Amino acid sequence: MITVVDYGVGNIGALLNMLDYVGIDARASSDEHTIARAEKLILPGVGAFDKAMSALVDSGLLAPLNRAVLEDRVPVLGVCLGMQLLGRCSEEGSLAGLGWIDAEVRRIRVPEGSGLKVPHIGWSTVSVRRETHWLRSGAVVPRFYFVHSFHMVCDSPDDVIGEVDYGDSLCCAVQRGHIAGVQFHPEKSHRYGMHLLSAWAQDSNRRRPA
Amino acid sequence: MRKRLIPVLLIDAGRRLVKTVRFGERTYVGDPFNVIRLFNEKEVDEICVLDIDAGPKSSKPDFGFMRELASECFMPLAYGGGIRTMADCEELNRLGVEKFVLGHAAFEPGFVKVVSDALGSQAVVVCIDVVGTGPTARCITHSGRKTHDLHPLAHALAMQAAGAGEIVLQSVDRDGLRKGMDLGLIDDVAHKLVVPLVALGGAGDLSHLAMALRSGASAVASGSAFSFIGRLRAVLITYPSRSEVDDALAALKTVSP
Repeated sequence: MITVVDYGVGNIGALLNMLDYVGIDARASSDEHTIARAEKLILPGVGAFDKAMSALVDSGLLAPLNRAVLEDRVPVLGVCLGMQLLGRCSEEGSLAGLGWIDAEVRRIRVPEGSGLKVPHIGWSTVSVRRETHWLRSGAVVPRFYFVHSFHMVCDSPDDVIGEVDYGDSLCCAVQRGHIAGVQFHPEKSHRYGMHLLSAWAQDSNRRRPA
Repeated sequence: MRKRLIPVLLIDAGRRLVKTVRFGERTYVGDPFNVIRLFNEKEVDEICVLDIDAGPKSSKPDFGFMRELASECFMPLAYGGGIRTMADCEELNRLGVEKFVLGHAAFEPGFVKVVSDALGSQAVVVCIDVVGTGPTARCITHSGRKTHDLHPLAHALAMQAAGAGEIVLQSVDRDGLRKGMDLGLIDDVAHKLVVPLVALGGAGDLSHLAMALRSGASAVASGSAFSFIGRLRAVLITYPSRSEVDDALAALKTVSP
């Protein structure tokens, strides 16, 4: 059972729709006990960094999330802004992030005259930097729907598992142990997203030893 | 990154898929669920569903219908029609819709900013319906019944400043005619915006869409270019592959550099 963290920020309906379609048990919850005891967590998020962080704090979910992820090592997948929240901080705001990944979030800067617009909206292929069970380059080139103005910059290249080319190579998928995140929207990315969510949900069954 | 091609589905009060000509004469096209499934199979970039009766009839969005539709829609989904309040947007968001197309509501002072601040600018798409062309082009609302003394570029810039993440520029004069899009206006507006411009109205085939992209649109939307009624009233769906779009763009470059 996947618990999708419902803190009032994020497109939870679309995530649940796709998880349901591919046959994965999932529920949305804003209850701290449910979240503290979750088997797997998805942290969604759209909009502004500070607004999302204060919503997490106000909903009283910060402590149960920290306990689940840092102490009990519950697998977690941050999606879109949910990925950015995994970092320490963001150029978009002044509040601290969750700090589960050593990274900060910066605004996308496109080269002048490139004609590229910010936000980056649309379908892009992802270059896999490190193969994981849920994101791999194979016969089918992984392409996903993006919509974002900010991107994560990791301290350690080891945490970066996927990048997208948008004026520059931008980190768009991270994994450090049981903590993972994607900048794009798997729930809006046809079979590419279905495959990713299924693979993540299945393999992250096993909690990794501390 | 490939520029987006967005099929537009017009829905009437009876939950039927329809087409219009210049916002008037309607043709019944078919069952929207059947068409959504076909677009899923084609792996379209995005879908835009517009309820063309909700606004004029002052009714709420058909939430039940959208819930059913969103549950089968595994691509970005924009919805417009009858959105008037923040609560409408939040309800749609819970169902799985992540972009809200605002037309008339965008003229309500402050509404775009409220939605953008709460749900993010990426969630706010302002649709600007236009009559006329060039410097005399004007914004219209209420399904074409109310003309505003406002050029679409001025409106687009104001909406961008208010927090719109995308602007849809729709030519009412060209709606359903399949003779090509208003390239001059697209060129004029797209290059002055920071946010993406989505061109809508007038396309009948891939070359029309490619020309709009070349004119500066970040994405093109169309009803007619992607779905039409074939023999025996069957709905035919057509959606180009990536290579077909690339070929169409390349063909334009060789014709007129």
